[in-house]
Amino acid sequence: MTFTEQIKRAIAITKKDIKIYYSKGPVIIFGLLFPFFLFLAYTIGREISARELMPGLIGMTVFFTSTSIGPGIIPWETRSKTFERLICCPVEFWAILLGDMFSSVIFGTMISIIPVMFTLLFLGLDLTSFIIIVLSLILASLCFSALGVLLSSYPPTDIPATAMMLSSLVKFPMVFISGIFIPVERLPYWGRVISSISPLTYFTDITRHLILKNGYYMLPLDFLAIVLFTAFFVYAAIKMHERTLPQRIS
Amino acid sequence: MTSPIKVDNLTKRFGEIVAVDHVSFKVRKGEIFGFLGPNGAGKTTTIRILTGILKPDEGKAFVAGYNVVEEPVKVKQRIGVVPEVSNAYVDLSAWSNLMLIGELYGVPKKERVERATKFLKEFGLYQARNRLVRGFSKGMKQRLLLCMALMNDPEILFLDEPTSGLDVESARLVREKIQQYNDDGKTIFISTHNMEEANLLCHRIAIINHGQIAAIDTPENLRLQSMELQYVEVLFNKPIKKEELMHHPEIVKVVPAGNKIRIYTANPSAIIEFVVEFAKKCEMRILSLNTMMPSLEDIFIKLVREHRENDFYRTD
Ligand SMILES: Nc1ncnc2c1ncn2[C@@H]1O[C@H](COP(=O)(O)OP(=O)(O)OP(=O)(O)O)[C@@H](O)[C@H]1O
Ligand SMILES: [Mg+2]
Repeated sequence: MTFTEQIKRAIAITKKDIKIYYSKGPVIIFGLLFPFFLFLAYTIGREISARELMPGLIGMTVFFTSTSIGPGIIPWETRSKTFERLICCPVEFWAILLGDMFSSVIFGTMISIIPVMFTLLFLGLDLTSFIIIVLSLILASLCFSALGVLLSSYPPTDIPATAMMLSSLVKFPMVFISGIFIPVERLPYWGRVISSISPLTYFTDITRHLILKNGYYMLPLDFLAIVLFTAFFVYAAIKMHERTLPQRIS
Repeated sequence: MTSPIKVDNLTKRFGEIVAVDHVSFKVRKGEIFGFLGPNGAGKTTTIRILTGILKPDEGKAFVAGYNVVEEPVKVKQRIGVVPEVSNAYVDLSAWSNLMLIGELYGVPKKERVERATKFLKEFGLYQARNRLVRGFSKGMKQRLLLCMALMNDPEILFLDEPTSGLDVESARLVREKIQQYNDDGKTIFISTHNMEEANLLCHRIAIINHGQIAAIDTPENLRLQSMELQYVEVLFNKPIKKEELMHHPEIVKVVPAGNKIRIYTANPSAIIEFVVEFAKKCEMRILSLNTMMPSLEDIFIKLVREHRENDFYRTD
């Protein structure tokens, strides 16, 4: 069984996820409405230019949209027994999880590209910066999708709402330490240390570099950090789910 | 020729419970092999191990020539599975479910469409192909599961209680199809707690209880072994003493059961004639007369007891 064949099968799983999960209520609520209102609450009544708002808005959008489906899929499939059906099929376990991650990468990228387009069309952005932002957006989206899938591994619940709620316990604090509302350079020393363990910090930093010409870390370092986080989340998601898998079969 | 399914000392524990307890057997090519046992016997757990879903704690299993623990994907590629509970995607149509399964098994597009069309027609689901599975009846879901299991043209089919909960007609269709695909050369492993079904379908049956196999044999031989467990139950219009009935050589024993009398025998038809004669002679009327096959439970108790005794002598 070749690697490309497994990737093809992972994509079949992605297509299935898109058909089934994009329109689920909790995905819309956690992925779209939540960040939207959070952002409104942040901007209303403040004197900030649209351009200055953009890095935070893009970061928050990609973070919430990419992590909205991941925590739910496996609990949903556990509940409906379709997880056992997938395990029955000649698809490697990592390919199943990768398929789930791809579906939330597509969701995350599709929606987060809207504020990026807005910036390009109305606020001015050179084409190179635009392309780099889109590429980093896809990468970050994979990173957060993997995090989302990882967060659903423990506890191995079959109630999607529980998994989504628990994942929010990790997600919300992350938004506040990632330079979205307060730029990293304005944080105290310990704040900067904490923010350095969030992958979202590095993505926001990339967008600040390219939109505001004002980043904190060096661009290559931002990319490297996201790549490393992604590798870690993907690996951890596979290992953790492998462990809890027997508890999902009953 | 190697056995399509070869199981050696397979064991699976869930905490204290030993769900599958050192089970060994071989299934021959082209055979319908029945796994017969009551609730909680370990049927589903065994099937899950053989289909690569669960890992055993001890023992080995080979399916389609591959070790299920070491090369599960190769095993999965060559088998079809109908699980105990429906696990089609209810948010997808029957058609989309089959296309998804086809893709997951790497069936090329053209063949996917051809097979799905063929199976949906064969199982009477073609009209409903674009409806969401959410709205399907239990029987329709079960037929769809069979279509899904056949999409990769498997060498071996695993069916976990495929007719349980179905009405008579749906159950018969499912059995006919199992027979048909067996005639086409597929090896079939079917679990059931229905004695009749096992009799009807299987070439050989393994009887399993509390995770242990009590006997493996053809249905005929198993029935022969438990012949003396059959009985004729009769109700006369007035009470009689059981000794009055004991004059027939084929009667094993007579047991009162409420106001009825149970006559254990290996030859029920001879006993029915005898009872009718007896009633005439004594000028009694027969209010009810039934021949009872041994229940699964009866055969178990007998077989499990024998199984233990054999073990006892062997270790001695
Ligand atoms: N995931 C699990 N966790 C804990 N115990 C389990 C699990 N799966 C099965 N068991 C136990 O293992 C034993 C065998 O169960 P199994 O489902 O294999 O039986 P079965 O023969 O399929 O029964 P049924 O006819 O009810 O389907 C039972 O005692 C059951 O409670
Ligand atoms: Mg079962």
